[in-house]
Amino acid sequence: MTLKERLPVLIGLVAIAIVFQSLNANFLSARNLTNLGLQIAAMSLVACGLVFVLLLGEIDLSAGAVSGLGAAVMGVVGVRFGLPGPLCALAALLTGAAIGLFQGVWITRFTVPSFVVTLAGLLAWQGAQLGVLGDTGSLNLNDGFIVGLCATFLPPLAGGALLVAAITGVALTSVLSRRWVSAGRLGLLGISGGLPLAIFSADRGVPLAVVLVVGVVALMDAVVRRTRFGRHVLAVGGNAEAARRAGISVERVRIAVFALGSMLAAAGGVLAASRLLAVNQSSGGGDLLLNAIASAVIGGTSLFGGRGSVWSALIGALAIGGISNGMDLLGWASPVKYGVTGAVLLLAVTVDALARSRSAAR
Amino acid sequence: MTLLEVRGAAKRFGAVQALDGVDLRVTAGEVVALVGDNGAGKSTLVKAIAGVFPLDAGEVLRHGALSVVWQDLALCDNLDVVANLFLGRERVRHGLLDELEMEREAQALLARLGVTLPAVRAPVSALSGGQRQSVAVARAVLAQPKVMLLDEPTAALGVAQTAQVLQLVARLRSEGLGVLVVSHNLADVFQVADRIVVLRLGRKVAELDPKAASREAVVAAITGATA
Repeated sequence: MTLKERLPVLIGLVAIAIVFQSLNANFLSARNLTNLGLQIAAMSLVACGLVFVLLLGEIDLSAGAVSGLGAAVMGVVGVRFGLPGPLCALAALLTGAAIGLFQGVWITRFTVPSFVVTLAGLLAWQGAQLGVLGDTGSLNLNDGFIVGLCATFLPPLAGGALLVAAITGVALTSVLSRRWVSAGRLGLLGISGGLPLAIFSADRGVPLAVVLVVGVVALMDAVVRRTRFGRHVLAVGGNAEAARRAGISVERVRIAVFALGSMLAAAGGVLAASRLLAVNQSSGGGDLLLNAIASAVIGGTSLFGGRGSVWSALIGALAIGGISNGMDLLGWASPVKYGVTGAVLLLAVTVDALARSRSAAR
Repeated sequence: MTLLEVRGAAKRFGAVQALDGVDLRVTAGEVVALVGDNGAGKSTLVKAIAGVFPLDAGEVLRHGALSVVWQDLALCDNLDVVANLFLGRERVRHGLLDELEMEREAQALLARLGVTLPAVRAPVSALSGGQRQSVAVARAVLAQPKVMLLDEPTAALGVAQTAQVLQLVARLRSEGLGVLVVSHNLADVFQVADRIVVLRLGRKVAELDPKAASREAVVAAITGATA
């Protein structure tokens, strides 16, 4: 995506910052922004998976339920079977991948709309989550690894080293793929990484969860833009028939994307559980799914396929999370919060539709 | 040298005999135009040559690879020219897309074919109809075929764009390719073809030399009127 396409959401972010800061001086404080980073981490990962699905022009309504079921599986294998934390998290990811694989095969094999298959999934996986959690319906997490995902803060020096490593990584992939990244862009990357680094360092340090989310988003962005698989995803989303005639296995791309999307949803579930220190019956429920979809769309990923970027998941989550956080600070009531979030989503999708009709008219 | 040969092609759809014993030959460095009214069997013949469905009788012999450019082009509007040219055939280096190599090859290919575009990194949606057609043809050339089959390449194009595409067809011929062009537009056919094959109601009714035949003769063959 070009900077011009990103402009609406960037302007939106600035507006959110100005409005809420003027209403409550704590909004842009280091402490609140660190909290905001932790609040949006799980949703960002779910949105990241949804971006892939949206790029195909499909939808995944089961993402929230899958994140909840993934977290439940993680909790159960840890608490009931005593597996170590990393293996529990892996079990969650595999659960997500298996579900996505199943849904993807069902969608392509029987040509049932993804809307329907994942809506059925939404119900079924919610049921599975209740079943897995059993009678108590809730599990407290105390594994050091899992809890540490959201409770660990890196000191400024470690954060700075990570940022340098990230910039080096971008430069390196640019050299490997021989597509030049200008010094200006690297500088921009330094600033957009350095600013949060400074903010986080003024509070508790750089949250490990934020580092993980940014790392996953950057990796997935590279997958979309720099690999053959990513190119094929964009092609299928842009014109599936053209992709098929070009010899691309459209079905395989679709199945892989649904598997990847659900796996990222489960990863989001892991982070959410880590932050809550528990898994319960409402994990992955509520407005997680809709906020994640809204994040991807507000960030600039089209609902109509073929256009968008993985970064939009993070940028959109920042906008949605920022609004929600700001309204919480102000103590606004739920009716107002839902109304405002809905209005912002409607505005974002309208901007997308207008942009689309304008480019079609050209 | 014969690159494509159709012998006694026959195909029936229900009560309709779409093709009835059609013979056709395309040799290297030759542009053959396939003309006929709606329902004459052009599309059926083209699809049979492309292998979309089997013939009831007769055979299609290919001596070398065939590339088809369908009328609907099948380009991805959201991708740029380079990405479209190399779709499904991406150049990869160290597991990542080799954009530089693809861009170089794209520039060289477009220059060779005499195609001028505003920018190879422009999304295809920003191109004119003629430019899109040129990209689709260039994409087909990239597969290094011996024979190219162009389905209505100038339909829906303006005058200047049509000239651009016809020039491209002539360029393909000078590269030694055999080209089979399906067209409705007789002006285009007379301008670019070395041979005109006329179908009517599933049969080949005429094979004419555009330098010798008059346009009236072609029209008469198409309509079946005795001029």
